[in-house]
Amino acid sequence: MNDIASHGGGMGDLAPGQRGESTSSFTAGLRTYLIGFAIAAGLTIASFWAAQTHLIYGPAVSVALVTLAVAQMGIHLVFFLHITTGPDNTNNTLALAFGILIVFFIIVGSLWIMSNMDHMSVPMDQLMRMQP
Amino acid sequence: MSTSDIAIPLPSSVLDLRSVPPSEATGHGEGGPAPKRIVVGYGFWIFLLSDIIMFSAFFASFAVLASATAGGPGAAQLFDLRNVQIETVCLLLSSVCCGVATLAVEQRYARLTQLALLATGVLGAAFLTLEVREFASLIAQGAGPSRSAFLSSFFALVGCHGAHITAGLLWLGTMMAQFYAKGFRADICRRYFCFSLFWHALDIIWVAIFTIVYLIGVRS
Amino acid sequence: MLGKLTWQAIPFDQPIPLYSAAVVGMMLLAVLLWVVVKGYVPYLWREWITSVDHKRIGIMYCVLALVMLLRGFIDALMMRSQQAFAFHAAGYLPPEHYNQIFSAHGTIMIFFVAMPFMVGLMNFVVPLQLGVRDVAFPTLNSVGFWLTAAGALLVNVSLVVGEFSRAGWLPYPPLSGIQYSPGVGVDYYLWALEISGAGTLVGGINLVTTILKTRAPGMRYMRMPVFCWTSLASNLLMVAAFPVLTATLAMLLLDRYLDFHFFTNEAGGNPMMFVNLIWVWGHPEVYILALPAFGVFSEVVSTFSGKPLFGYRSMVAATMTICVLSFMVWLHHFFTMGAGANVNGFFGIMSMIIAVPTGVKIFNWLFTMYRGRVRFSAAMHWAIGFMVTFVIGGMTGVLLAMPPADFVMHNSLFLVAHFHNVVIGAVLFGAFAGYNYWFPKAFGFALDERLGKAAFWCWFVGFYVAFVPLYVTGLLGMTRRLQHYDQPQWHPWILVAGVGALIILCGIALQAAQLVVSIRSRQRRTDRTGDPWDGRTLEWATPSPPPLFNFAVLPNVKGEEPYWGVKRKAITAMQLSPEPSYEPIEVPRNSSTGIVTAFLAFVLGFALIWHIWWMAALALVGAYATFVVFAWRDVAESVLPAEEVARIDRANRSSRALALTEMHA
Repeated sequence: MNDIASHGGGMGDLAPGQRGESTSSFTAGLRTYLIGFAIAAGLTIASFWAAQTHLIYGPAVSVALVTLAVAQMGIHLVFFLHITTGPDNTNNTLALAFGILIVFFIIVGSLWIMSNMDHMSVPMDQLMRMQP
Repeated sequence: MSTSDIAIPLPSSVLDLRSVPPSEATGHGEGGPAPKRIVVGYGFWIFLLSDIIMFSAFFASFAVLASATAGGPGAAQLFDLRNVQIETVCLLLSSVCCGVATLAVEQRYARLTQLALLATGVLGAAFLTLEVREFASLIAQGAGPSRSAFLSSFFALVGCHGAHITAGLLWLGTMMAQFYAKGFRADICRRYFCFSLFWHALDIIWVAIFTIVYLIGVRS
Repeated sequence: MLGKLTWQAIPFDQPIPLYSAAVVGMMLLAVLLWVVVKGYVPYLWREWITSVDHKRIGIMYCVLALVMLLRGFIDALMMRSQQAFAFHAAGYLPPEHYNQIFSAHGTIMIFFVAMPFMVGLMNFVVPLQLGVRDVAFPTLNSVGFWLTAAGALLVNVSLVVGEFSRAGWLPYPPLSGIQYSPGVGVDYYLWALEISGAGTLVGGINLVTTILKTRAPGMRYMRMPVFCWTSLASNLLMVAAFPVLTATLAMLLLDRYLDFHFFTNEAGGNPMMFVNLIWVWGHPEVYILALPAFGVFSEVVSTFSGKPLFGYRSMVAATMTICVLSFMVWLHHFFTMGAGANVNGFFGIMSMIIAVPTGVKIFNWLFTMYRGRVRFSAAMHWAIGFMVTFVIGGMTGVLLAMPPADFVMHNSLFLVAHFHNVVIGAVLFGAFAGYNYWFPKAFGFALDERLGKAAFWCWFVGFYVAFVPLYVTGLLGMTRRLQHYDQPQWHPWILVAGVGALIILCGIALQAAQLVVSIRSRQRRTDRTGDPWDGRTLEWATPSPPPLFNFAVLPNVKGEEPYWGVKRKAITAMQLSPEPSYEPIEVPRNSSTGIVTAFLAFVLGFALIWHIWWMAALALVGAYATFVVFAWRDVAESVLPAEEVARIDRANRSSRALALTEMHA
């Protein structure tokens, strides 16, 4: 089967990273990458700006940075990796969702557990002083 | 022939064994095995997700140990955000060049493919050089990974990303050589598409790194 | 020149490892000489070592598992006997040695017995059940197997050259850090697991892709056999959990080799972080092991009850629920580490919730048997034994899931008895059930049923005699990993446990006898039709053993249990379907990439353990070169001509037609 030319759209699944529309259009593809680059660059600049500005309420800056980062990851996924939520991308999106879920469990779980441990533990330098 | 414990063997093969063209689309599973492009791409996608999970373990360590500076220097004292900006731009541009190379491979433009891949590699190497210089300067000022747990987790997380970039550059060089030697053969193109997935994913991970390690780190 | 490696690495002053190494070495040498002298090397190289056929690879995984079972069980016998002798006495194993033995026992049993056995069964069976020719990435499959074997080799070499880890099967820092374990033992452990972990990851990717993207036409998700569903869940967990193990062990390696401070006591390190991360991997790992075993039992119970599996949809739902929930319970392995009541409460409740889908499965198996025509084959014995044993083990698990109870029993022998109860009950019994069930398919002749049942009874009785006393001593306060003790109330129970281990030894001996007897009488017990058990799933449509390409023409699947429905039709119609039109088949070529990669990985690991940096660098360069050589090959497949396919399939059809006429004669 000519697998470079295998399309989505009722003819089967797409591989991750494979564009759905006709592959004969170089310029259409280029446009997608350039738009993605422009938005990603904008988000990057916004991140660096947000980290240094005084215009945002202090404690909210971390939230803003994380939001901008998530947005940029989304831009990469959509414009560079061509991940969509269409039926020809279901397996790819489901796998991604599973991965994100696991990452969430690991990071949130570890932070919750370790901060509780930290809260309950004797500080290490005090503990070392207690050694015989 | 068989002991009494084994059931009387029964015949089979009234399965419809004619190779019927799939009534349902392939790749959804019902139409039979998917074409190789999809199988290879999906398998690599699953590998990438496992790699992201591995990074998340290093991220979790970093998050937990971020304040464990052991009386030594912290993020605010050590990190040069200007350097990080340049690294980010390099990697982002590198991703775009990789995208252009993907388009070129799809259209079978041999010269553009090699040029775009070269640009991808040069920008990636620039990123790596800046990162190595940053590490060297940190170590020189006594802020190496053995100084504190914070620095250990920093060097491991960012270093792991750098090691992936290095491996990617080796892979890129091999791909360029293969395109040059064998042209746009189907299996080489499939491998190249996997490389582009890898390269874009590394940029996604870098977004997380520069946000959490550098930007948020410097603030706290 | 050779790093830390000197002649002192060989334990000339310790008789037990020295003599056992000598004995094993001589046995190995004898086998190798026999193979060479008989001229089997070209056959082995061509048909097994460089094979990329999932069936061959699956069998090799199972062989590795069975061989390592012997080594792990010898460790167990040594532990039981040491504890039997060491009441108010020193026993015969000094502490440094005893600590290595229990560490090796756990490491080998989990990573080199249970994992390879389950992976081997899945590799062999899943493509056949899905109606396809091979897994998605055959050469990668070979790489994965050989990497696992390289890890096993490293662990075994530690017996002769150097020492093994003394820090337990999960090496908690700071004990496993460089300050308190300066020797090479922990390094052997770490590199062996990093290497075999890479193999496992590769295998996981392979089977996930195979199940999701390459199934026979018409094989919808809800028409897949339950064994394929459990394999999917297990391999998804492998892909999700093993990266965490890789990362955590890498952090420990960085601490040990490059003076990092992830888990040290100084400079801000946090040893508790290791415990947290390692169990993020560790809990999904036990489900990685248990889920395929549950799948085996689904197949075995349904076949030997003569009924379709009860509650297919709820089985699938339960399986995928377990898959997700397994990532939400890991803290129950360290309730006592001090995260507080809120955290403990959350994870305790989640641990109790995860027992529910497993309970659903048990009920489904029971309802499958109910009103069925149950045949008590050897495999069915293992299945019923599993149901009893696993339920008991699961209940003690739910007991331990309550933090207040766990505070009393954590790290006691009660815990040890619990996890052996569930692992042996589910994983080992499942392995043996699968082994008996699919052996005829793999080799073309069935195993002796009488010896199989005798082996089961020895294992079953021996298990309870060995581990129920450990529940008792745990409740009496005995902690795990004791090299000696002086509590008189524990002593009689420990003696009984020792006897239990000997009964299990009889079971193992009977299994060895079963294999030998069956091989010798294989002409009498040939599986002529490929369907010795009146099976229901697609693997029984192939001859035994299946040809390289599995199916001459990919089946077009029309419903659940495709083989069963079609078989009934053939019996009523008294004839087979018309002969299909045969076409040439592409088969992937053999490749030495697997064994070469694994060899280089072994050299890399050994070099890193002994700090032989030039050797490590060479191995890395060699690995890259291997990758390039493999990538450069021009011909990946060879073509089997249609006449050859036809000849093989016609032979299968004629033996089945013969059986059909014999049925009606």
